[in-house]
Amino acid sequence: MWDYLKLAGLGVLAVLAAIAANYAHDLAYQVNAITVMLAAGISFLFVLRTAGDPKTVNQAEYFDSVIRAGAIATSFWGVVGMLVGVVIASQLAFPQLNFEFLQGYGNFGRLRPLHTSAVIFAFGGNALIMSSFYIVQRTSAARLFGGSLGWFVFWGWQLVIVLAATGYVLGATQGKEYAEPVWYVDILITVVWVAFLIVFMGTLFKRKEPHIYVANWFLLAMIVTVAMLHLVNNAAIPVSIFSSQQVQVYSGVQDAMVQWWYGHNAVGFFLTAGFLGMMYYFVPKQAERPIYSYKLSIIHFWALIFLYIWAGPHHLHYTALPDWASTLGMVFSIMLWMPSWGGMINGLMTLSGAWDKLRTDPIIRMMVVSIGFYGMSTFEGPMMSIRAVNSLSHYTDWTIGHVHSGALGWNGMITFGVLYYLVPRLWNREGLYSLKLVSWHFWLATIGIVLYASSMWVTGIMEGLMWREVDANGFLVNAFADTVAAKFPMYVVRALGGGLFLTGALIMCYNLWMTVRAQPARASQHSAVPAE
Amino acid sequence: MAFLDKHKAIETHATLLMVLSLLVVAIGGIVQIVPLFYLQNTIEEVEGVRPYTPLELAGRQIYIREGCYGCHSQMIRPLRDEAERYGHYSLAAESMYDHPFQWGSKRTGPDLARVGGRYSDEWHQDHFENARSVVPESVMPPYGFLYNAVIDGKYIQDLVETNRMVGVPYSDEMVSASLADFKAQADPLGDSAGLEERYGEAAFGTPVNVRNFDGQDALTEMDALIAYIQVLGTMVDFSTYTPVANR
Repeated sequence: MWDYLKLAGLGVLAVLAAIAANYAHDLAYQVNAITVMLAAGISFLFVLRTAGDPKTVNQAEYFDSVIRAGAIATSFWGVVGMLVGVVIASQLAFPQLNFEFLQGYGNFGRLRPLHTSAVIFAFGGNALIMSSFYIVQRTSAARLFGGSLGWFVFWGWQLVIVLAATGYVLGATQGKEYAEPVWYVDILITVVWVAFLIVFMGTLFKRKEPHIYVANWFLLAMIVTVAMLHLVNNAAIPVSIFSSQQVQVYSGVQDAMVQWWYGHNAVGFFLTAGFLGMMYYFVPKQAERPIYSYKLSIIHFWALIFLYIWAGPHHLHYTALPDWASTLGMVFSIMLWMPSWGGMINGLMTLSGAWDKLRTDPIIRMMVVSIGFYGMSTFEGPMMSIRAVNSLSHYTDWTIGHVHSGALGWNGMITFGVLYYLVPRLWNREGLYSLKLVSWHFWLATIGIVLYASSMWVTGIMEGLMWREVDANGFLVNAFADTVAAKFPMYVVRALGGGLFLTGALIMCYNLWMTVRAQPARASQHSAVPAE
Repeated sequence: MAFLDKHKAIETHATLLMVLSLLVVAIGGIVQIVPLFYLQNTIEEVEGVRPYTPLELAGRQIYIREGCYGCHSQMIRPLRDEAERYGHYSLAAESMYDHPFQWGSKRTGPDLARVGGRYSDEWHQDHFENARSVVPESVMPPYGFLYNAVIDGKYIQDLVETNRMVGVPYSDEMVSASLADFKAQADPLGDSAGLEERYGEAAFGTPVNVRNFDGQDALTEMDALIAYIQVLGTMVDFSTYTPVANR
């Protein structure tokens, strides 16, 4: 019965999408509608072929196939997002790479949201969905709730990514940083996210462990908060149901405040709380040591989620936003330093008694360095939120460097560590193909980040100082164009750093691929048991 | 610690954990966002600020579509060098009809809050086509393809109407004349009296720019984008503007 309902729903969706494609006001909408039609059609065929088959699900087994798909998607989108990053970094150094014959489709302005969305929501999002499905099952000792709903979350999220990415290139955008997807993609995100929450909460309800493990607190807070941020920030009215254009409900100051409340907490919850959840499970597992302090995790969890949400207006110092609001943002950002470092200490000190593993285990090394970068960027952030510092750093490349030391160092490195941990286990393989390649990846990535961050410190502080430089008569010394020209060498270094980081990620993909292909299967527990 | 022992109640109940998390994360946003819809200095109106004309609005959509906000801010801070370089600091009222706001967060290129009227249309045409032909150091991408994108304003009334729905004070007349105004603004030989009457000097203190912005016969996206760029920051007359005392 359920199968027939699904078939009817998918069929109707495919027809509606076909109609929408026919009436489309713009190319991006048309391509998106055709994509939805194809996705619904393929799902229809898939459901049709398996309809009526007896479904035998071993409830005693973990639902790991969707996590395997998540590991592949995370690696794939990671490489895509980083590749686009290297392309746009090169465009800033060599503007001729904005090729004229691409008629704008390959211009920096359209590729930049493609890069940010691909790394944050495609790479980071798949990493989060994959890890939360893994963690919540293991720590609850229960199979994932909702049957194939887990697959809906996975494929729904991939559809979101494809619609958003093709939309950006073809010119569909909402024009709000890190919230560029247009109104119908926003609706799909909401549906997928609610399904994600149901799967996660349902599994917690089924748990056989009395306590909810700390990693799940962070993941749950991430899911709930991102839902709130997404719904409020994306409030918009479509110009037509056949158009990818929309008009935001808020304007000016109010929209700026809502946007950075969203924007900073996309960092605070998507890229911090969620990834702390990953840290709280995978670091103790890989180190084979318990979490350093249970009390610290309670205090830092509540302090982190309470304080983070206030930090947004530090993006709006000296703007038309009232001073009291940006001062609140600054004060809470500085307070936020404490719970952030609480989390760092809890992660790092988990290694006490196992520090020798830093020498022997490159995966632990990766995780430890990621926590180190987390600590560094959560110090740099509060510092940059101070109004006096911000008056120099705002609008400059320093901000870009700061974001990347967090994104490449913390989010990237911990995700690589998690992938190295997960792939042999998910595919039941006897360890990784090559630890030596992991070391290569580690060093390429680390050197890449160092080049990236330091070149951006130099350009950022340099351009900030050049902009404000006045001579003895009170005239500005530098034209804006002078500062652009002065940044060229550092832009080359930055692109190089990004290239090294991308090379490391490609090495990881090869290593993981060979792990699945060439490593012997792990001797199963049953084979050790005598046949009788 | 006895206090922390009580945490057991939370970490053994999934629903309680979810509800408490949501309450804790809701507070900051409520305190920071809600007052902005009521405080005088965030909702004040300033003389001269008017809704965008249909052509400027279409240009603004192109500005958003091309991701210009990724490299250009539209928010001048009250700092000495910015006032020298870009002009009077930006007022809240100047972006009150910007849905969404375009303050930006990065200056890979210069701030554009007051770029209107600073360069000629011809300079902008050259600059959009190949920025390095007028600014050799520039890293801006080429936008010559906008010349070939002919626009007919088929859906312009929908756009104006949707803006009215979210609070931009377009009158019934402005909405119904959207298409005519859209075409009139880029046609210096046509009849633009209605456009001027609705958006111009009599109503808001500054005449509407009516020109062939891209220098070509056809009405293109280049017309719309330059029309938008040329109005930025020109609405408020700062020779007569006096800030309200509480700011």
